[in-house]
Amino acid sequence: MRKAIPNLKRCWILPALFLSGFAFVSHRTTASPREKTAKEELLVLPEKVGRPGGRLVVSLRGEPKTLNPLIAADARSREVIGVMQADLVHINRATQEAEPALAKSWKISPEGLSYTLVLRRGLKFSDGHPLDADDVLFSFQVYLDESVHAPQRDLLIVGGKPIAVRKVDAYTVVFQLAKTYGVGERLFDGLAILPRHLLEKPYQEGKLGQIGSLATAAGQWAGLGPFRLKEYVAGQRLVLERNPYYWKSDVKGNRLPYVDELVFLFVPNADAQVLKFQSGETDMIGQLGAENFAVLSRQQRAYTMMDAGPGLEYNFLFFNLNDAGEKTSPEMQRKQKWFREVKFRQAVSAAVDREAVVGLVYQGRGSALWGLVATGNRRWGNEKLAHPTRSLERARALLKEAGFSWNAGSDGGSSLLDSDGKPVEFSILTSSSNADRAKMAALIQDDLKHLGMRVQVVPLESRSLLDRVTQSRDYDACIMGIASYDADPNSDISVWLSSGGLHLWNPSQAHPATSWEAEIDRLIEEQMSARTFEQRKKLYDRAQEILAENQPMIFLASPNILAGAKKTIGNFHPAVLEPYVLWNVEQLYLKNGTENATR
Amino acid sequence: MRVRRALTRWLVVLGLLHGIVICAGFFAPYDPAEQDRKSPYLPPMRLHLLDGQGHLHAHPFVYSLKLHKGSFDQYEEDTTEAQPVKFFVSGARYRLLGFLPSRRHLFGAENARICLLGTDAYGRDQLSRLLFGGQVSLVAGLLGAGITLLIGLAIGAVAGYFGGWRDTLLMRLAELFMALPWLYLLFAIRAFLPLTVSPLKAFFLIIVVIGTVGWARPARLVRGVVLSAKERDFVRAARGFGATNGYLLRRHILPETSSVLLTQAAILIPQYVLAEMTLSFLGLGVPEPVPSWGNLLSSLQQYSVLVSHWWMYLPAVVMVPFFLVYLGLASSLQERGDAYKIETRSLGNLT
Repeated sequence: MRKAIPNLKRCWILPALFLSGFAFVSHRTTASPREKTAKEELLVLPEKVGRPGGRLVVSLRGEPKTLNPLIAADARSREVIGVMQADLVHINRATQEAEPALAKSWKISPEGLSYTLVLRRGLKFSDGHPLDADDVLFSFQVYLDESVHAPQRDLLIVGGKPIAVRKVDAYTVVFQLAKTYGVGERLFDGLAILPRHLLEKPYQEGKLGQIGSLATAAGQWAGLGPFRLKEYVAGQRLVLERNPYYWKSDVKGNRLPYVDELVFLFVPNADAQVLKFQSGETDMIGQLGAENFAVLSRQQRAYTMMDAGPGLEYNFLFFNLNDAGEKTSPEMQRKQKWFREVKFRQAVSAAVDREAVVGLVYQGRGSALWGLVATGNRRWGNEKLAHPTRSLERARALLKEAGFSWNAGSDGGSSLLDSDGKPVEFSILTSSSNADRAKMAALIQDDLKHLGMRVQVVPLESRSLLDRVTQSRDYDACIMGIASYDADPNSDISVWLSSGGLHLWNPSQAHPATSWEAEIDRLIEEQMSARTFEQRKKLYDRAQEILAENQPMIFLASPNILAGAKKTIGNFHPAVLEPYVLWNVEQLYLKNGTENATR
Repeated sequence: MRVRRALTRWLVVLGLLHGIVICAGFFAPYDPAEQDRKSPYLPPMRLHLLDGQGHLHAHPFVYSLKLHKGSFDQYEEDTTEAQPVKFFVSGARYRLLGFLPSRRHLFGAENARICLLGTDAYGRDQLSRLLFGGQVSLVAGLLGAGITLLIGLAIGAVAGYFGGWRDTLLMRLAELFMALPWLYLLFAIRAFLPLTVSPLKAFFLIIVVIGTVGWARPARLVRGVVLSAKERDFVRAARGFGATNGYLLRRHILPETSSVLLTQAAILIPQYVLAEMTLSFLGLGVPEPVPSWGNLLSSLQQYSVLVSHWWMYLPAVVMVPFFLVYLGLASSLQERGDAYKIETRSLGNLT
């Protein structure tokens, strides 16, 4: 299945290439950068043909920190870099399949250790400099250089050894792996190919970490993405212009992207983004909350509002299972005695009303969750995973089995007592900036009240929340959410592995604390080098079952991806993978006669 | 006479308003924390006397609201079945005045929920939350003002009566306190407190914090009154007869400050209710699910609530009559105080 192009889904590419060749002859004859030159091997996209021109304005949650993919760690920088850079193989955000990008084809050797990628010919960076295998070699050299500290480095260490890259000719590159790697060609997604002609000098001088600030002059930064840098106004906006050398075209041979300019406005607050969108200052809006989506949907005539379906964000409740040894306070020891009891966690899970979470928090635009792989992930979900309905009786029975008892309270309610006769009371942390999770906490608080547990909800600023959970580890329970960036479950590897930093209930363990954590570790390690999807899926399914049995994370719900655009935007198809609305930015266009008013 | 009549009028209205809030358990139809997850953001139900066929009913009734198909927050009246409003029904348990257990509520319906002021995001009855929330906010205001006045009285009396370095020190301290940006101070204090505090503890902490911060102004006023009172002839006479400081303060001087203190109380209480609301609005007050006027309003921080659910503003409207009455009372008290002063001063001139 992992041979070059011959995948039925990609059959359109070859005929489309021919078509575009004809289009070049028959279409407009004036030489403009929108036309392609014959020797370039452009990627032809099958979507509806749009209209060139105009500009697109979107809001960004704040200023990106950098344009440099080697140091970008924040979501905002990644979003901007996503439209300025390109990768060898790209995961189509709509189909969730790997597709050819800068590499027009690839071959994987039968034993799965060497990947041969063939580059498109005649491509140029956004400053007109040609691309060849040396740029690819340089990019991976930089990613793998320990002194650069690129966040991508970890992804390129397979079987304990960095991937070796070798040039065969100017357009062919071979990647050699030390061990088979289950992710396959998806590995190349998101790894931008960097302009060697611009970065080689700073690299040799050891200054790679300092370049690529937003204030960089437009001519000194280049990429292979659909847009290139034009102007940056600190605190207000980042203006990108279309890359005239971009390597994709539509079926009529028009070079993409359609719009001339892409503007990012820096709007830090979700509600302010909605207001900007309503006032017409921005053309599209993504990552909408369900309530704001409902507000905008009531004005349907002006907007196209889209519910792209369940996304990859999963929200969950977890208890503090860290073992601080002798430093644990007696109170914490008492609480952890409950938390470590599997039946206690199962009882909590049984008492949580997930339907209410979906209904009240997401207004029905979400789905209840029982496992780590979110509902939006169609390929990897474990259909056999049990979806037990909410049952307070089962929860009470479980607690009883675990030695808990109840005493009748003074005003009708009863309170839960542990085996030592102490009342069960604990607090749940949530992020104060996330209204959705605060609501989940309030619902769970009420659910657990029915079991006699007294729960307090403590909203905390998100940074100190994360600090408490991963550093000082001084908390009882916490509600968090994680959005996987890829449909492949390996993107959540640091949640699965007991050594991972996002193994939140007990992060970064030297040795797995429990036998089931050790078992999950083993399954995940094994699937890393499994060759086929079926093998990997089987291992992941088993890991999910173990997780569901032991409930270290009590999964709650997963929101749908909600987005909106003005009616005048064409080819608007939000996806459930990041970047939700900008993944096909090169194909977005402004419909006829709707020149942007904000110009 | 006119002043006294106005004063009585204000006091009666105030008593009525507080009476309703104190007996919230009786007037509120439901438990304020009880969630009805089937009906979030239910708009206020309308009381009807005429049904769909135009028949007049002797009893007021409501129609239950049901969700529009496919919507999660749009409701329509289900006119097939009228739900008559029943009075003095038995319902959720509560404790009247904090100790009398009861289940009797002023009104309710037999097989439906009546939400005259709608519901919030969790389907909790807004009217019940408003009434119970008033308990928290008003008690915070009253107790906070009490603490402030006590501290203010003590410090003002000491500063005014003893004078000298004590006066200078205390008054400079008062100026320091007045110059403090108290809202930020409250934030800072709240941030230093432990992460998890029970609702009751959080409530008393707020009261203490609010109460101790605001003593400077009443202290200065009290000091002024004490300064002038201690030079009055009858005080000098009493001192001549060998009265002790304690006796003089208790018998002759502090009673003089009563009108200032009462006026201050009437001004401070609404101010402190507002302070509690501000803190709760910003999430630093009593935690969920305990209602207070401030955290009832805090959902308005979300744009979608702001534009879609107008009944979420009601807690803000409810405090208006309270504040008006308190301020009316304050001005009546001041008038009375002024009249009293003029009376005594003219008497003093005569003798």
